[in-house]
Amino acid sequence: MSKGVLVDITRCIGCRSCMVACKSWNDLPAKKTTFSNTWDSPGKINSDNWTVVNYYISEQDGQTSWRFVKKQCMHCNEPACESACFTHAFVKTKEGAVIYKPTEVDKDYCVGCRYCMIACPFGVPSFQWEKSFPYVQKCRFCYDRMKDDLKPACVTACPTGTLFYGDKEEILAEAWDRVDKDPRYIKHVYGEKEYGGTSWVYISDVPFEQIGFRTEAYGKPVTNRSIPSLTWDVLKWTPVIFFGWGAILTAMRAYTKRRAQVHDESELYAPVDPKE
Amino acid sequence: MQIGRNWSFRITPFRILLIILVLGAAAAALYRFVYGLGAVTNLSDEWPWGLWIGFDLLCGIALAGGGFSTALIVHVLHKEEYLPIARAALLTSMLGYIIALVSLFLDIGRWYNFWRPFFFWGYHSVLFEVFWCIALYTTIQVIEFGEIFFEKIKFPALQRLLHKMLPALLILGIVLPSLHQSSLGSLYIVAIDRLYPLWWSMIIPFFFVWSAFFLGPAMVTIEGTLAARAYGRDPELPVFASLTKVTLWMLIVYFIVKVADLLYRGVFSMAFNGSFESNMFLIEMIVFVLLPIIMYAIPSVRNKLGGVLTASILVVIGVIFNRMNVVFTGMAKAMGGSYFPSVWEWLITAGMWSALVLVYCFITENFPIMFKEEHGHGHGSGASVGSGFHA
Repeated sequence: MSKGVLVDITRCIGCRSCMVACKSWNDLPAKKTTFSNTWDSPGKINSDNWTVVNYYISEQDGQTSWRFVKKQCMHCNEPACESACFTHAFVKTKEGAVIYKPTEVDKDYCVGCRYCMIACPFGVPSFQWEKSFPYVQKCRFCYDRMKDDLKPACVTACPTGTLFYGDKEEILAEAWDRVDKDPRYIKHVYGEKEYGGTSWVYISDVPFEQIGFRTEAYGKPVTNRSIPSLTWDVLKWTPVIFFGWGAILTAMRAYTKRRAQVHDESELYAPVDPKE
Repeated sequence: MQIGRNWSFRITPFRILLIILVLGAAAAALYRFVYGLGAVTNLSDEWPWGLWIGFDLLCGIALAGGGFSTALIVHVLHKEEYLPIARAALLTSMLGYIIALVSLFLDIGRWYNFWRPFFFWGYHSVLFEVFWCIALYTTIQVIEFGEIFFEKIKFPALQRLLHKMLPALLILGIVLPSLHQSSLGSLYIVAIDRLYPLWWSMIIPFFFVWSAFFLGPAMVTIEGTLAARAYGRDPELPVFASLTKVTLWMLIVYFIVKVADLLYRGVFSMAFNGSFESNMFLIEMIVFVLLPIIMYAIPSVRNKLGGVLTASILVVIGVIFNRMNVVFTGMAKAMGGSYFPSVWEWLITAGMWSALVLVYCFITENFPIMFKEEHGHGHGSGASVGSGFHA
């Protein structure tokens, strides 16, 4: 059964317990950060911080509103990172987690090419730049806990019920239920359709584009097609082009050869004499 | 410098400089292999790909496009008047691909894992196709080069075997680069909503393979002129001038398809919205596509060495400019952060291209790559080569 998490922005108080829980469960090293004016240092997901809470101040109906947005891997239904990986190191498990193939041996499929980082529409996969032999790192949806029927570490740690963990259908139904019942909410469940849908979805009372979500790109709404389906539209032609173009070339070569002169190439070329 | 009886390599101050660059780059590369990418590059999570992929790999492969377009023109269409440049084009292409493979090897984080895609197939990845095609095509080019190699190093049994394989290799040697030149463009289909819409398109593979092909003749013109100057020979001007027909028509088709694609996707007006991206796009289109079209179309320009050379340089810079726009300009807004290559990235890049020049010189001076001088001198051109063959 595919799992998901509903993040209700209206309930988050920015305590960052989820960040702490994530780091301690996954044994991620602490790193010195610096103070930032937005108060959300370290601010961006990186190889040692698989989840961060970003702080946004915006103006709503003349009132200042401060919102806190937990960011982590969205665990796409059809992950771009999985499709981009040329050794198929990432997989989407049936539980919904997008992870490195889950054994220590298979984990070493990764070549470190970083095409997954180009491919991810949410900018999630991060690289261990300081390491000699780095891996790509990102949230694993606590796949190791999931198998024992435990909630992800961040969900367990959340004191306000911002994070609601359950079956994908259940959390989507819950999301729409809350949005429909309370007029404060924006009528949109972010992640339901974006890029083919994601296992983590968000609801909010502040427009999504004001709290760091991309709802449109260059004046158009972001696509609801999954990225793997887009690349496959092109890649599926590869065998056709291979054999078709090969046949055309062979035919052309045979046709023009009849008219071509026969000559011995070894008579035509010579090493150049470098002028001393 | 004489190396043994049959080998020679001239040492000049310029070549010494190149050798120093190669050694410096090799040292930097060694350091990178031990201490990792963070230690030598300015790459970051925002800019996972930089100079080595953007320039050395993407542009190196594009510039090597001269190999497959020349192979198609000379060996499939049997346009024999272009034979004088065929081997030089093959050589440059082979070296370009080796550079691409070296830069890919430098750029992957877990470099001892480079062989993985051969055994673990992520066939739904564009990069998988690119990797396989580049690896196979480089191998094919090395084998094809065997034909030239065995003209100097006598090994009749292998030579005969090679001769039997050659027709098949030749066809594969056009199909594979056609596939991955386009796939290098397809790599950026994943960047939907991030790559600026003036460059992002579902037919970006077409633009990449098409431009790699029309770049071939332009590249051959530049290399031919450089080699002629370096070795005090006559440039094959009539060959260059007649090759412009290929480039001219392909450039026109490229331009028309580009405009049609922008109109179809409803983003044509973005070319004129005054943003940094739109200005870069206009420069790309006007200076590096329209201007060469005009220059190639005027006989008095294309039939003079200065004219055909200038237009060809514009075409080559234009393709590099286009790749840079896709990798950097078009992605900048969406990726955030900033990236400028570190001095080590530049050094390693410079070292790789220096190595290319050195190896090119060594091979042309020791193997039969260039046309024999008497053809060039006797008829004053390569275009009259047809009559010269019977001699």
